[in-house]
Amino acid sequence: MTTTIPILTKKDFQTDQEVRWCPGCGDYAILAAVQSVFPELGIPREKFVVVSGIGCSSRFPYYMNTFGFHTIHGRAPAVATGIKVTNPELEVWLATGDGDSLAIGGNHTIHMLRRNVGVKILMFNNKIYGLTKGQYSPTSEFGKKTKSTPFGTTDRPFNPLALTLGAGACFVARSVDVFQQHLKDTLRRTAAHSGSAYVEILQNCNIFNDGAWFELTEKEARSEHVVQLEQGKPLIFGKNRDKGIRLKGMDLEVVLLGNGNGLTEKDLLVHDETNPNPAYAFVLAQMGDMPGFPTPIGVLRSWDRPRYEDVMAAQLTSVIAKRGPGDISKLLHAGDTWEVK
Amino acid sequence: MATTTEPVIHQKKREVIDKAAIRFCGDSGDGMQITGNQFTNTVALYGNDLATFPDYPAEIRAPAGTMPGVSGFQIQFSSSDVFTPGDAVDVLIAMNPAALKANIKDLKRSGILIVNSDSFTDNDLRKAQVTSNPLEDHSLDGYRVFPVGLEVLTRSALQELGLDAKSMDRCKNFFALGMCYWLYNRSMDLTYKWIEDKFKNKPLLVEANKLAMRAGYTYCEATEAFQVSYEIPPAKLMPGTYRNLSGNQALALGLVMGAQKANLPLFLGSYPITPASDILHELSMYKNYNVMTFQAEDEIAAITSAIGAAYTGALALTTTSGPGMALKTEAMGLAVAVELPLVICDIQRGGPSTGLPTKTEQADLLQALFGRNSEAPIPVIAASTPGDCFWVGLEACRIALKYMVPVIVLSDGYLANGAEPWRIPDINDIPGIDVHFATNPAGFHPYARDPKTLSRPWAIPGTPGLEHRVGGLEKQDVSGNINYEPLNHEKMIHLRAAKVAAVAQDIPDLVPAGDPDGDLLIIAWGSTYGAVTAGLNAQRAKGKRIGHVHLRYLNPMAANLGEIIKRYKKVLVPEMNLGQLLFVLRGKYLVDAQGYNKVQGQPFKQSEIEAKIEEILG
Repeated sequence: MTTTIPILTKKDFQTDQEVRWCPGCGDYAILAAVQSVFPELGIPREKFVVVSGIGCSSRFPYYMNTFGFHTIHGRAPAVATGIKVTNPELEVWLATGDGDSLAIGGNHTIHMLRRNVGVKILMFNNKIYGLTKGQYSPTSEFGKKTKSTPFGTTDRPFNPLALTLGAGACFVARSVDVFQQHLKDTLRRTAAHSGSAYVEILQNCNIFNDGAWFELTEKEARSEHVVQLEQGKPLIFGKNRDKGIRLKGMDLEVVLLGNGNGLTEKDLLVHDETNPNPAYAFVLAQMGDMPGFPTPIGVLRSWDRPRYEDVMAAQLTSVIAKRGPGDISKLLHAGDTWEVK
Repeated sequence: MATTTEPVIHQKKREVIDKAAIRFCGDSGDGMQITGNQFTNTVALYGNDLATFPDYPAEIRAPAGTMPGVSGFQIQFSSSDVFTPGDAVDVLIAMNPAALKANIKDLKRSGILIVNSDSFTDNDLRKAQVTSNPLEDHSLDGYRVFPVGLEVLTRSALQELGLDAKSMDRCKNFFALGMCYWLYNRSMDLTYKWIEDKFKNKPLLVEANKLAMRAGYTYCEATEAFQVSYEIPPAKLMPGTYRNLSGNQALALGLVMGAQKANLPLFLGSYPITPASDILHELSMYKNYNVMTFQAEDEIAAITSAIGAAYTGALALTTTSGPGMALKTEAMGLAVAVELPLVICDIQRGGPSTGLPTKTEQADLLQALFGRNSEAPIPVIAASTPGDCFWVGLEACRIALKYMVPVIVLSDGYLANGAEPWRIPDINDIPGIDVHFATNPAGFHPYARDPKTLSRPWAIPGTPGLEHRVGGLEKQDVSGNINYEPLNHEKMIHLRAAKVAAVAQDIPDLVPAGDPDGDLLIIAWGSTYGAVTAGLNAQRAKGKRIGHVHLRYLNPMAANLGEIIKRYKKVLVPEMNLGQLLFVLRGKYLVDAQGYNKVQGQPFKQSEIEAKIEEILG
């Protein structure tokens, strides 16, 4: 069967629903990026399913003119798993937040990644609960004062990418709402990955946690605080691209380049997202939390293993090949039977 | 290889009787469930009607010989109709003092008691917390006691094989089974076959278990102690092909049948929980029937993955027990709001909380009917016998697909593990289930409704032109867009309720069993069917004027129930809870019904129902 795929535009992915995020919310930028990348993918619109849980980010499906399912708090990964297993041909994307994905839905998140269900997860991380008006989230920094923690939080935050790597995620990336070009590139890479793909998108909630990522996004400071990962390239950052990351044993260190210390690019850590050892990506994931180190953005890990839905379908096919397609009448008569005349 | 069956020609007396109930009891590790199941299959294949009651502890292996470790299996089999496993048993096989202590009260006076006398040492008695040896203290006077050294006899039968003592002792249940086969004149062939299959990679164990069973049989034949054996002729069941089936097996088959009749793939999202896990096990074997089974990370993922599958066009189901139902509550509300077909099976057990995982109860009825936030009506249907689980599973699929609703199936531990002969239906007699996926974008609205069923279209992802959004937020009538307007919300609440109420148009009128009018109407549901039927029959034979309606449909209910209630002077509602159906009936029909409630983790006995009827009618 051949079908011609119509040329789609950004407009084709916009709905007639009024967008109800607060003016200035980082979600607008993410929506715009997704709506501009989807038409490039060569996938018919009806094949897209956007699934979400609960929270500001989870309103996403209503604004995407695709099939969409706004489910319940935290459970979107499980719903998406049911969708993908039932029809592996579908292009399933999941919009979630730090509360939805890491608090109430933490269990489903790690299990979906463990299974490697072919779903793309966009986790909008604003380090706060927005829709419930400002309680701290599992990614809020230690000691943060919020509505529910007037004297500061007493629990340590999750590092989302370290957590997902620990769960066996094969594709792990990070981008930022306001870095439109980088975000779009990251979404393209995400779309191209067949298994579970987890993207943390640093997103600003200008109402309840404004400036949460200020250091990373503020024009003057950003190049000092962000290192962009590129496959096969050394980890260099700084306004004058004069700083680099070097591996020293199991640890990372920031070094200055061209400072008369004899260090050159050749001494730096060269990014390899395909490194089979997840420890490498794990070290990168920790980097943003280390004082004096930049936050890496880009694809930390990209590694293929069979998708859950394909393994499951293959098992069904093999059982059918072995036993033949099921004959329900035979099934009812299985085991020991007897006749009553 | 099959071995010859009847080792010795019978010379002892053989009595023909109508029915018998026997119970095997011992440690969890003694193989009592296997022994009981083997006896059951043999009896079933012979053509007796039967009912079984496996009763085992939640602990896998409690300390050997102690009261918490006692596991039992009861079967009643007969040449006429059997409705219950029997109130009291004719034969009790007790493998140790703890099993004897826990079960002796259910042995009929002058009943046969076979005890493993090798297991009555001081140490065994101490573990069972028994102060004097019942084999010596005359406490068993009045029973026909047969102390048999099961361990010594089994070891001597197996001595040539070179097995260690522990392995030999593990064959003693087959020695006991062989004795029962002699006692009821049954062929051992089926069990021989089962042993050969079960231990096919361990030829020595095949030999050992077969030898032990044969030794038990010949022991009875040879010993002076057993003078009489019994014969129970086949029952006159409705003509057809039969098999023996447990409730969980039947439910699994009914669900596969539903998917086949609807021509849909079946998706099961489930998390292991007693006593529902066997449905997951069964369905996992049926992959070539286009069955996908997904063992989820928890109860919530089990149902929400099923909702995802339903959204995508599969016949979706989830199976659980009470604690799991509680966890699925919010997701059930989502299924109500997005109006997708979903079958939710609750195999009830004793509660609250973890409660009695392996014991039966009917106390999830109100949870099934009302246990969700806001107004979230769901059709609820209940199975009445193990075999009926097949038909209820099939019916749940039909309602879910026709009305685009989640449907709750209530079964319980007693039905799930109990077994009965089941007449295999001709699949051509089972009507197909029509499923229409929406395909036409012209005039498509996700919440437009069929005028008769009020169901909305099933528009699955992948269908060009039907892209739309669904979710848990309140939606505008017809368009499905988010809508918070007061009158729209009220309309949607009414529409969802009217849709569930519309299921009543498919529910056949109730016809009371027994008297069509009279002094007493018994209204019951679920697994009490057997005990109520047996009790009703016995009391009517004594001249009482009683009717019985057994409710398969608990929401909505059959339209003529109110009218039937008026035909009787009194109404009795026996339930294994504190009066949940009673509560509903009193509210719905303003009837002064009275409850009869038992919450012991054990099914009703026929005698209990009869005593209650006599108490009411005098």
